[in-house]
Amino acid sequence: MEKPNTDVIQGTLDMLILKTLSLEPMHGFGISRRVEQLSQGVFKVNPGSLLVALQRLERGGLVDAEWRQTPNARRARVYTLTRTGRKQLDVEASDWTRRASAIARLLKTGA
Amino acid sequence: MLILRHLTRGIRTLVRGGAADRELDEEIEQFIDEASSDLEAQGMSPAEARRVARARAGSPLAAREEVRAAGWEHAIETLVADVRYGLRGLRRRPGFAAVTIGTLGLGIGASTAMVSVANPILFDRLPYPAADRLHMIWDRTRDGSTIEMAFGSFLELEARSRSFSGMAVMRSWQPTLTGATEPERLDGQGVSDGYFRVLGIAPAIGRDFEPADDRPNAPAVVIVSHRLWQRRLDSDTAIVGRQIVLDGNSYTVIGVMPPRFENVLMPAAEVWRAAQYDRTLPALQGREWGHNLRLVARRADGVNAAAAAAELDQIARDRMTGFSRPPWAAMQNGLLLPSLHDEITSNIRSAMLAVLVAVTLLLAIACVNVANLILGRGAERRAEFVMRSALGAGRLRLFRQLLTEAVLIALLGGMAGLAVAGAGVRLLVSFVPEALMPATPIAIDGPVFAFALAVTMVIGLAVGLAPAVHASRTDLKANTPHGSWQTSSSHHRTRRSLVTAEVAFALVLLVGATLLSRSLQQLFAISPGFNGDNLLTMQVQVAGRRFTDPQVTQQFFQRALDAVRAVPGVSEAALSSQLPLSGDSDIYGVRFESSETPETSADGGAYRYAISEGFFDVMGIPLLAGRAITAHDRAGSTPVVVINESFAKRRFPGRDPIGQRLHLGPVDREWFTIAGVVGDIKQESLSAGRFDAAYISPSQWHFADPAFWLVVKTRATAAAVAPSIRQAIWSVDKDQPIVRVAMMSDLITATAGQRRFALLLFQLFGITALLLTAIGIYGVVSGGVNERIREIGVRTALGASRRSILSMVLKQGVALAAIGIALGAIVAAASSRGLSALLFGISPLDPVSYAGVAMLLMGVTIAACWWPARRAARVDPSLTLRAE
Repeated sequence: MEKPNTDVIQGTLDMLILKTLSLEPMHGFGISRRVEQLSQGVFKVNPGSLLVALQRLERGGLVDAEWRQTPNARRARVYTLTRTGRKQLDVEASDWTRRASAIARLLKTGA
Repeated sequence: MLILRHLTRGIRTLVRGGAADRELDEEIEQFIDEASSDLEAQGMSPAEARRVARARAGSPLAAREEVRAAGWEHAIETLVADVRYGLRGLRRRPGFAAVTIGTLGLGIGASTAMVSVANPILFDRLPYPAADRLHMIWDRTRDGSTIEMAFGSFLELEARSRSFSGMAVMRSWQPTLTGATEPERLDGQGVSDGYFRVLGIAPAIGRDFEPADDRPNAPAVVIVSHRLWQRRLDSDTAIVGRQIVLDGNSYTVIGVMPPRFENVLMPAAEVWRAAQYDRTLPALQGREWGHNLRLVARRADGVNAAAAAAELDQIARDRMTGFSRPPWAAMQNGLLLPSLHDEITSNIRSAMLAVLVAVTLLLAIACVNVANLILGRGAERRAEFVMRSALGAGRLRLFRQLLTEAVLIALLGGMAGLAVAGAGVRLLVSFVPEALMPATPIAIDGPVFAFALAVTMVIGLAVGLAPAVHASRTDLKANTPHGSWQTSSSHHRTRRSLVTAEVAFALVLLVGATLLSRSLQQLFAISPGFNGDNLLTMQVQVAGRRFTDPQVTQQFFQRALDAVRAVPGVSEAALSSQLPLSGDSDIYGVRFESSETPETSADGGAYRYAISEGFFDVMGIPLLAGRAITAHDRAGSTPVVVINESFAKRRFPGRDPIGQRLHLGPVDREWFTIAGVVGDIKQESLSAGRFDAAYISPSQWHFADPAFWLVVKTRATAAAVAPSIRQAIWSVDKDQPIVRVAMMSDLITATAGQRRFALLLFQLFGITALLLTAIGIYGVVSGGVNERIREIGVRTALGASRRSILSMVLKQGVALAAIGIALGAIVAAASSRGLSALLFGISPLDPVSYAGVAMLLMGVTIAACWWPARRAARVDPSLTLRAE
């Protein structure tokens, strides 16, 4: 591996996937690439944990999955955010923001 | 909804696992493809891009496993794999599988079957509300034995005691039901009005007895059992008020007991009437002062049994004005207050305990065996587990594997056990004496089965998991299988001591079974005092108003006897008012003229037999002195009596008893003169000691017996003659019921029914124990040979003869058994006193039984060692040495 990557913080992968899918339906690699791009390379997602998370989200009814033709004439499993998924994203995002800003405030005040 | 989604996805993966894997692979492959084309777009060469993409993505196989492991269905897949692996393992070792499952099946099944059958017969709780507060109250004689209560004493206790919420008295009553169909003798009870209230059960239809029913000359009313109501009264729901005819008198039915009502105080009773004793206690000679009632009482809530007994003693001691007591019912010897439960089970308590101990021993033997087998298997598999943990199997994974296997064996064993239990229950039920058969049908006892299964399973698990602990804890290298020279001695010591324990358990069980068999043999070797061969017995009764005249009754019996004597195939026939071993107990007080005390029963009691001429001949009872009762001993001539040998010897030692005089029963009548002496006979049972007997002529007795036993000596088989004998009696009077037709030899056998049943149980326990022990010894010795196969090969190569190898292996097994036998004998000797109540004529330390069982066990040991020993002797040294 040419440069060290940061593992996705525990428990946030689901939220990141949901956020990515909220823009448009996407297949597995698309999600991985988007997460990497948006985090400017801070987060890298390997297919193992990504697909585990996607399976969990699919079974939880937060995303739907279906096989579609891709532009380059291949089959790809494309994931779409469901209505429940969108609600869940809102909840998780606001929750995250609340926690993150609290931590940021704490860090700013200094010792 | 979500659960449904989880479920469907999981099931889809489970059902079409291959397709799901392919889709997953495709998705991963596509992921890598896209990643590499991205890298290509960034300027890498295609080959380089692909390499980097693969490297970043990691192993596709690992990714797939990761995804698959995340779903719930993964747990099931692993389980299936474990079960499949376990089954394959069992198939690979069919011997181990068969023996383990067989052991479990026999151990669990046999003990479940035996407890299932013994439970309702021997242990059952009383079917009454708050039954622990029910007691019997007995009067006592001077020698401390119990005697039935007099009605007068019952009235005094009822009036004076405060510890009881209710008391009732009862006596048996055998009325004959006549009507549309043929006459039938019923079993019933005459009871005081509170009887059912004391038991706590009310009639299902109609009403209970009331005090007004229980007065002399009150209208005759009866309550009938559910069975009688169905059998003879057409299940008539409007039964209340209907008349039935019993003994020629009309009774009004006032109630029907519920179907589940069990009358433990007289299980056969189907009809109850109010006893109608006179509460004013008119005369001391009347039945109100005879010892003829059993008393059942319900202790008041909050009073303990000791306090109640103390109060009864107090009442017995302190006489009170207003309560008169005749000298023979003065309660001067105190009263007894056993609980009803003790009363009912007192004679089988020891059998209960013995069965319980036997079941425990059998289960222990089964557990030892299972532990042994699994330990042995664990040793064989140690190499496998070391290998597997070396290959990365976690301790948990190994645990799970072993757990699955143990549960698998337990389940298969449990199924075998269920089958054995089912067959065993059916077998045992067919041996239960009818008299002991409970009302509810006997079935497999669920909790007992579960208990037996759980115990063996827990042991199996505890032992079965040992190899996993061992494998995960020890240094892999040190344990990697290579040489054969290290046999784990501590492990083998455990197995050997287990087998020793097993032999000891088996010895205790077998000694018990042997002692019981031998005491039964002793019992049957006892002469009942008469010859029961080809002896047909039946009871003939008279019923109806005509027979209130004693003349008529006696004429009927005489004519019936004459008719029977004329039947072809009958060689001799006679009548007796009671029959040995029939359950009759007709005892009268005896007082000899030479006695100092004037009391009625100054010389104890004797069974009274009113007999016809020829009774002694038919029964084969030897006449030792004087003469027998003849037809010339009739009313008006001098009353004569024949007594038994030991009575005569005890009362008139060294003197001639003939011509001495005695009173039998009432002292205000003529003396009976002793005319003869006959041999002793057993009246109650073969095991009960001798009891004194007085034989008299029916026409010299002060009332006419309403029922006689006909004893018939037949030339042909008795069963073939029985119908013509019946016809002969009915030709005299077609309305008279004939009951309790039996072969004397059957009566002799039946008196030992309970012992016989206990014996059967113990023999089955013994056989099962022997089998299991043989399996256990075989397992250990055979395992030992397996482990030492190379050593044996070396020995053979160095010149050991086959014979010496054979004897070496045999010696090993025999040494184990010898220690076990010695230990077992000590335990058996220490505990066999508990069996003594079930034994007869044999010491609980009978050396023959001990020696026999020890030899049997040794024989079984040698037989079980024989195969492994032969295998050891045939070891080919070149093969084993090459394998080294």
